[in-house]
Amino acid sequence: MWKFIHKLASPPHFYGLAAKIIPWFFLPGLILIFYGLYGGLLLAPPDYQQGDAFRIIYVHVPSAYLSLMAYSIMAISAGIGLIWRLKLAHAVAAAAAPIGAWFTFLALATGSIWGRPMWGTWWEWGDPRLTSELVMLFLYFGYMALRGAIDDTAKADRASAVLALVGAVNVPIIHFSVEWWSSLHQGPTLMKKGGPAMDAAMLYPLLAMILGFTLIFGALLLRRVRTEVLYRERRTRWVRHLVLSSAVEKK
Amino acid sequence: MTDNQPEMPGLGRGMMAVAKRDLFLAWKRPGDVLNPLFFFAMVATLFPLAVGPSAEQLEFSGPGVLWVAALLAMLLSLNSLFVSDFEDGSLEQMLVSPVPLAALSLGKTIAHWLTSGLPLVIVAPILGMTFRMPASVMGVLMLTLLLGTISLSLLGSIGAALTVGLHRGTALLSLLILPLAMPLLIFGARTVSLAAAGDVVAGGLYFLAAYAVLIVSLAPFAIAAALRISNE
Repeated sequence: MWKFIHKLASPPHFYGLAAKIIPWFFLPGLILIFYGLYGGLLLAPPDYQQGDAFRIIYVHVPSAYLSLMAYSIMAISAGIGLIWRLKLAHAVAAAAAPIGAWFTFLALATGSIWGRPMWGTWWEWGDPRLTSELVMLFLYFGYMALRGAIDDTAKADRASAVLALVGAVNVPIIHFSVEWWSSLHQGPTLMKKGGPAMDAAMLYPLLAMILGFTLIFGALLLRRVRTEVLYRERRTRWVRHLVLSSAVEKK
Repeated sequence: MTDNQPEMPGLGRGMMAVAKRDLFLAWKRPGDVLNPLFFFAMVATLFPLAVGPSAEQLEFSGPGVLWVAALLAMLLSLNSLFVSDFEDGSLEQMLVSPVPLAALSLGKTIAHWLTSGLPLVIVAPILGMTFRMPASVMGVLMLTLLLGTISLSLLGSIGAALTVGLHRGTALLSLLILPLAMPLLIFGARTVSLAAAGDVVAGGLYFLAAYAVLIVSLAPFAIAAALRISNE
């Protein structure tokens, strides 16, 4: 077991392995998303209350879920990197942040587009989820800004790891405090859970989208980590060897 | 080990020594203490000027404005928390000290809170009065600010420790700390509003107290880790 982890954590091994895994994430993810889009946008019946506007959940829900998931991955790998000084873990954390920020942005944008016909406004401060997503985006920005402000990679890794962990402790607190705050303003919002159960024709495409988004996220993450590893190891022998041999192949 | 090994100072003594030193430094440079206080008053003055002097509006926005102003004033005072120690090398002395760095960091934040948090708490009722806050709310206002500034001192110190020695530290610190401080703002301001409306305030106060306890126990270690990384 430990041997396997050590081998996995070695950059050249990971670099090669990730290249083999990425298609296995990417292709099923793509297929699932195509099915989800087709099923969600064409096959699923319109919602009896929201009409066709509900269909945005097929992008909104997976994005919102991934914005949290990416933050968890970032914080966990940052913690692993900090405790066991695993360089690869830091690379994963660094690679996860921008993707997570994009999914957060996507969740905010789709939520706001959905809010326009539903609430009659692009932005509703009374909705706790939208507000805590916004705070989430700021957390990502803070993480990336701190990373960008420190020139030395190893130092940036460790400093941003501390920030990610502090943020991870705070994320649930922020979420619940925002929920408490907005519950004082108005009653349950439309997005409240426990509404009428979803019809299977609506639900399956959504599940497919969530799984598909997650797989694509995995593929993107692995791809970014590969790039990150290549950049970080740019002075090592194996990278030089790799670059030279690929240059020879092209000729 | 020989006999003439100096006795290791205790946790509390090391912490208090740092706190005392910082308090003394603050006494010698009163501007550092007064500036955030003026800033607090200035921000609180800006709002009535911007939104208009109607009593209703002031009453309604008072708790929020005071809390935002206090948050920003704390942030302002946090910028310089570790900078002078970093520049004159005393931070490195703390790093190599036999007393755990977490205890020394706690000492620094105690001094920071006494010089920047406590004055805000004391001045807040005066500003609250200008916002037509009834006298009965003052106690809650001061209590929320008391608990909130303790948490902000510690939370902000983590950010200050992470950004010490960076060129763009000032703007960065706000980006790092403000999102994390949002729960404090929400509970602080809302609790004061509830008090003004004659509602039950225990829940909000309990939350702020719980947050303060959590962060007093965890933040010193995060600050110490951050300081070590910043000094690598």
